[in-house]
Amino acid sequence: MSTTEVKHSTAADGGPVVTGDPASGAAPLSIHDLTVAYHRKPVLWDVDYDAPAGKLVGIVGPNGAGKSTLIRTALDLVRRASGSVNVFGRPYRRVRHLVGYVPQRETVDWDFPINALDVVTMGRYRKIGWCLPVTGQHRTAAMDALQRVGMADYARRQIAQLSGGQQQRVFLARALVQDAQLYLMDEPFSGVDAATERAIVQILRDLRSAGKTVMVVHHDLQTVPEYFDHVLLLNMRVVAHGPTAEIFTPENLHKTYGGRLTLLSQAAEAFARGGQR
Amino acid sequence: MIALWGATRSPRRGGRSCLSGALALIVMLVCPAPVFASADQEKRAGRSINDTRLEMPTWQEIGRVVRLSDANTRWVVGGVTMLGLAAGIVGTFLLLRKRALTADVLAHATFPGVTLAFMMTVAIGASGKSMLTLLIGATVFGVIGMLCILLIRNTTRLKDDAAMAIVLSVFFGLGAAMIGLIQNMPVGSAAGLQTFIFGKAATMLASDAMLMFWAVLGVAIMSILLFKELSLICFDAQYAAAQGWPIVRLDLALMGLVVAVTVLGLQSVGLLLVVALLIIPPAAARFWSDRLLTMTILSAITGLLSGYFGATISALVGRMPTGPIIVIVAAVVFVISMVMGTKRGVIAHAAHQARFRARTRRHHLLRDLFEWAEQHGDAATTEPDDHRPTPRVSLDHLLNLRSWSSGDLRRSVRHARRADLVTDHLDRTISLTDTGVMEAQRIVRNHRLWETYLITHADVAASQVDHEADRIEHVLGRELVMQLESIAAGRQPYRVPPSPHDLGQSSPAN
Repeated sequence: MSTTEVKHSTAADGGPVVTGDPASGAAPLSIHDLTVAYHRKPVLWDVDYDAPAGKLVGIVGPNGAGKSTLIRTALDLVRRASGSVNVFGRPYRRVRHLVGYVPQRETVDWDFPINALDVVTMGRYRKIGWCLPVTGQHRTAAMDALQRVGMADYARRQIAQLSGGQQQRVFLARALVQDAQLYLMDEPFSGVDAATERAIVQILRDLRSAGKTVMVVHHDLQTVPEYFDHVLLLNMRVVAHGPTAEIFTPENLHKTYGGRLTLLSQAAEAFARGGQR
Repeated sequence: MIALWGATRSPRRGGRSCLSGALALIVMLVCPAPVFASADQEKRAGRSINDTRLEMPTWQEIGRVVRLSDANTRWVVGGVTMLGLAAGIVGTFLLLRKRALTADVLAHATFPGVTLAFMMTVAIGASGKSMLTLLIGATVFGVIGMLCILLIRNTTRLKDDAAMAIVLSVFFGLGAAMIGLIQNMPVGSAAGLQTFIFGKAATMLASDAMLMFWAVLGVAIMSILLFKELSLICFDAQYAAAQGWPIVRLDLALMGLVVAVTVLGLQSVGLLLVVALLIIPPAAARFWSDRLLTMTILSAITGLLSGYFGATISALVGRMPTGPIIVIVAAVVFVISMVMGTKRGVIAHAAHQARFRARTRRHHLLRDLFEWAEQHGDAATTEPDDHRPTPRVSLDHLLNLRSWSSGDLRRSVRHARRADLVTDHLDRTISLTDTGVMEAQRIVRNHRLWETYLITHADVAASQVDHEADRIEHVLGRELVMQLESIAAGRQPYRVPPSPHDLGQSSPAN
């Protein structure tokens, strides 16, 4: 069976939209007892995590640690084996408009016949609703978002003619145009040149200044202390999380990266095998 | 006119004759009516569109079909034309969702459905030729075929392509076997069923055509309404799902539209070829456009033209199947698009390559001239505000610097002279003009910035760096040059930096 699970949107279905209240004190992202398995292989095991509001959070861990899966599970793109995920205290499907998603650049076909502006406009499709055409107001909003990421000059370019860094900025603009409260970004710095990386970091900081929460899957350990206020060290389970200064220590990193299969993860795998066969 | 006769008489001549026939039809469209008057018109009068005798159409008949004066013809041509239009629109999304082969499987899987529906209606005593029943049978089996693919994919380790090949051939074989059974049945006349394989618009009754016309119109409207949603799932399904769009239902809607076009196209295009009407028009349109909306419109027009010519030619010539003509018309458009397409056509691509090569040669020429001046102590040329003439360099010397042929060099010199970058002199020498000096400064500067970057940041040996830089400097964009400038800190802006390597010994062939 497919691992993606599609929930129906309230807004896209024309039903009432429940407005989440970021001021209510509920964590932007609250994960409880989450376990996820692809086929029979567990990817996340018993994850408990509350993201702090208004912070830049780095999600760090080795390849296959379940970083992307964590984000995708929060977005209901991956079926949960158990546990719960809440966004601002509500299930994600009730507060989709509060969450901006920047997927990995490799997930789409950049040869698609579409220009940068049209991609960014997709961030407004839910606001526009079923079967209605894109109006000038939405195109203006998309143009503004492109301006914010420094891509206004490239609005009419077909996306294959953009560099990797420019493509990534287009994806970022698509999330920005939603004007969300929580941003989930899957490796926005991969395949990006140094100048673009600096530009993206500045945008993330601006978002934080505006009171948004930004969670970023990140690969480059060297830049973690510079970029992020908080880190979530992940290797199938949560190794540690908290303010970068306290948590981003050699011991914790060793626990995250050293010895890929810890006793716990071996036990988890055995359990999952036993449970499903 | 002769071409049309040729097309109908000798099937061996295939595509080109049919194209000429199609062109002849266009000519006739604009011709005044009296041209169609012909001596033997009485003899052929009253011939119906359902006639299956192979006879050459008279001018009057051609005129009647083309001007759609006959109600039956009007519906058939209108229906198939609309089918082409809808297929062009739906096919665009099918192509971009990368489901082209799925549609082919679907079309083949309808075959046993048609034959089974025929057998069942015969068994209960009806005539067996009720179009609606046959199409319902086709739909049911088309859907069963799709489910079989899913079943094989999800329960075994077989990959998609294998699952599709199995379902396609098994279902088609099943249908063919059942045709054999029908022919052995006492009431059996499966003649009508065989037209479902290659399609024949002329066998359609006005009622069939009307059903098709309205159904296809509905399909076209549906796909226009869902344009935004379908384009979203085609481009980025994951993002669409995260945004709360119901991907599964949208995919089902797209497949539903494909099923509708396929089933409605069975009688006119045939199950073997209906996938071509879905895929060739958007594939051709892609060569002309980088935007989805334009591509969809062009694809719809291609489909519409294919449908129109397929239906008219088939209506005129008794034994001419519609499907092949539709495919040939679409294929002609495709080949023209592939060669001439402005966005990614072969000619556009070659022209782009040629321009790039010419630009590279021009860069080389200017850089060689500039560096020669530098080496021979004429520092004036490196100062931007100086307007003294630059030294002359002989063509033979330039020829030895690189591995370019004398023809290449002469061409480059000619182009550079036309662009007022160099002046050539009678003694086979050339020199840079003022504009040439400015342009050469820009080029040499980029080259050296890049070389410096390679030496300091990419650890390329100084003796190799000229060659390495050569490959990339011609494509440096404004953004990248600015970055290189910021990296090469301490340099004076807008001046040409000195070469990071000895100019004399290292000018390897590029």
